[in-house]
Amino acid sequence: MINLVRNEMLKLLRKKRLYVIILIIAFLVPLFTYAQFKEIQDQREKMGNQDWRTTLQQEITDTQNRLSSSRIQDEWRKFLKIRLSQQQYYLENDIDPRAPGAPTFMRIFVENSIDLLLPLLVMVIVADLVSSESSGGTIKLLLTRPVKRWRILLSKYLAMLLSISFIVLSVAVLSYGISGVVFGYGGWNMPLLTGFTVSGDELLTENVHIVPQWQYILMEFGLVWYVCMIVGTLTFMLSVLLRSTAAVMGIMLASLIAGAILANMVSSWESAKYFFMVNLNLTNYVSGMATPIEGMSLGFSMSVLAVWGIAGFIIAFVTFSKRDIY
Amino acid sequence: MSQIPALEVENLTKKIKGKQIIKGVSFTLVPGEVFGFLGPNGAGKTTTIRMIVGLISPTSGTIKIGGKNVRTEFTEAMRHLGCIVENPELYPYLTGWENLVHFQKMDSSIPKTRLNEVIELVGLQNRIHDRVSTYSLGMRQRLGIAQALLGKPKVLILDEPTNGLDPAGIREMREFIRQLAREENLSVLVSSHLLSEIQLMCDRVAIISKGAVLRTDSVDNLLAEQERVIWRAEPLSLAKEILSLETEVTEGPDDTLITLYNEPLLPDWNEKLVNAGVKVKEMRTQLPSLEDLFLEVTGGESID
Ligand SMILES: Nc1ncnc2c1ncn2[C@@H]1O[C@H](COP(=O)(O)OP(=O)(O)OP(=O)(O)O)[C@@H](O)[C@H]1O
Ligand SMILES: [Mg+2]
Repeated sequence: MINLVRNEMLKLLRKKRLYVIILIIAFLVPLFTYAQFKEIQDQREKMGNQDWRTTLQQEITDTQNRLSSSRIQDEWRKFLKIRLSQQQYYLENDIDPRAPGAPTFMRIFVENSIDLLLPLLVMVIVADLVSSESSGGTIKLLLTRPVKRWRILLSKYLAMLLSISFIVLSVAVLSYGISGVVFGYGGWNMPLLTGFTVSGDELLTENVHIVPQWQYILMEFGLVWYVCMIVGTLTFMLSVLLRSTAAVMGIMLASLIAGAILANMVSSWESAKYFFMVNLNLTNYVSGMATPIEGMSLGFSMSVLAVWGIAGFIIAFVTFSKRDIY
Repeated sequence: MSQIPALEVENLTKKIKGKQIIKGVSFTLVPGEVFGFLGPNGAGKTTTIRMIVGLISPTSGTIKIGGKNVRTEFTEAMRHLGCIVENPELYPYLTGWENLVHFQKMDSSIPKTRLNEVIELVGLQNRIHDRVSTYSLGMRQRLGIAQALLGKPKVLILDEPTNGLDPAGIREMREFIRQLAREENLSVLVSSHLLSEIQLMCDRVAIISKGAVLRTDSVDNLLAEQERVIWRAEPLSLAKEILSLETEVTEGPDDTLITLYNEPLLPDWNEKLVNAGVKVKEMRTQLPSLEDLFLEVTGGESID
């Protein structure tokens, strides 16, 4: 099996796809770093010459005032307390929450690329994994060797798994390495709030707690990897079903973009939440953004994605081992 | 023939979308023989070969390679098989060497030393480290064969191996195939739609048309029945008269006469013509076209 996976990795490397992906990331990261840098400058200007410590101190006082009011709900009080400790931590440790370091940039970058950019990159790698063998005719040699068909497909799937892990890792390394030049490399321990849940229109704060940024980032990268694997599996299935790589890319591209559009408009079409493409934005649950459709939660989205992924995996393997190759 | 057959195909049928494409094909290959699979375009040669190599599953029938059933003992059967189905398609973005290493790694029983053996066998030493996309068709064909021979198979299956090769390439391929059968005791199944090719390369031949084997016989037998002699002589009418006494004569195009090919009697016939004062200008044997052969084998049913 290791030999088979090695073969697949060799073919992937020779096709130069991975290099292209790295180049794309290495090109985009400086672009976004610059954008982020501009935005921070902009904010600074708006605040005038005021020192960020003064602003933060004002915010702390404001929170303390609200806490001392007797009419607030228990739950809200708890949330404010957590917020307060976060703000105090910033002040005590001399962290400017609005001047991010490389870890913060990294986090923002993956939060924004989880639903479209990264799935697209994954698609570029996976789309022709099987279909290129069918259209190139090499599948006839591959499947007339003394190796069972499912093992051949599994070796391709494992090669996909390795490539996706590699992509996610390079996003992490490149975004940290490049943005650090501008923002500095510190900030791993900055406390962040997480644990928001949504019920109806309300953002529930009862489970909110503070985690250090490194842990937060680890969590988000885990989710990113998960999303990429699901998108990869579905692309993989299409690649098995279709001979034409262009068709595979077309279908995946259409679904991903449809997902991005749907996420903005389907709040009233409830069953749309069972589409895999509106569930890609898993990091939103961590940061507590509103969900596109009511009743969606991290667990829900992950399960929907898992069902799609498992179905795709089964369809791919069953058709591949039974199909007639013409 | 006490040995187990290298390849055994029995009652093979295939239905695609309700259409019966292969209708009960049977044949066997003994070790060391080159077997021709002769039929016009669309006869079902490639479809049959795809079933033998396990790319498509037969609707019914059994296939055994080296005694192993392709359906139930797939990996064991494939160990004994090397094949090129239709075109020799390898990875164009890899070098010839990398392509071979790729397929060597797929079978743990092939030692790495085997690579140099097969490369030498097909004579690709000089270009083996170039990318396959820079290869000519003939070189690809040879690399394809090198790949097929990697696992020291008992059976080699080549679908139209001379397709697209120039006359020198065709000749080289032919000799190579004969040599493999002779020296390595390999059984080779070669498909073609050219009788002349099969005649020069094969020991036995199966004629296939519309998905059924019409006849399986040794090439010598088939040709003995079917070979013709073309005569060009003057005066033609006299020649015809004399030959008619000896054998069946038909008139061919361009003032020629056609008789059966009968080697022992041919000098006699010639002598009689000469004695009668006929000037024999040309006397040559001619293979029947595939079409003639089909007409003969099917008793008049035409191919379409
Ligand atoms: N996937 C398919 N679907 C429908 N019909 C098919 C399919 N594959 C082959 N056929 C039909 O089966 C018949 C046999 O085709 P096959 O390719 O085996 O012929 P062949 O003998 O190899 O011909 P050639 O000399 O042209 O290579 C043809 O009539 C073809 O139209
Ligand atoms: Mg064919």
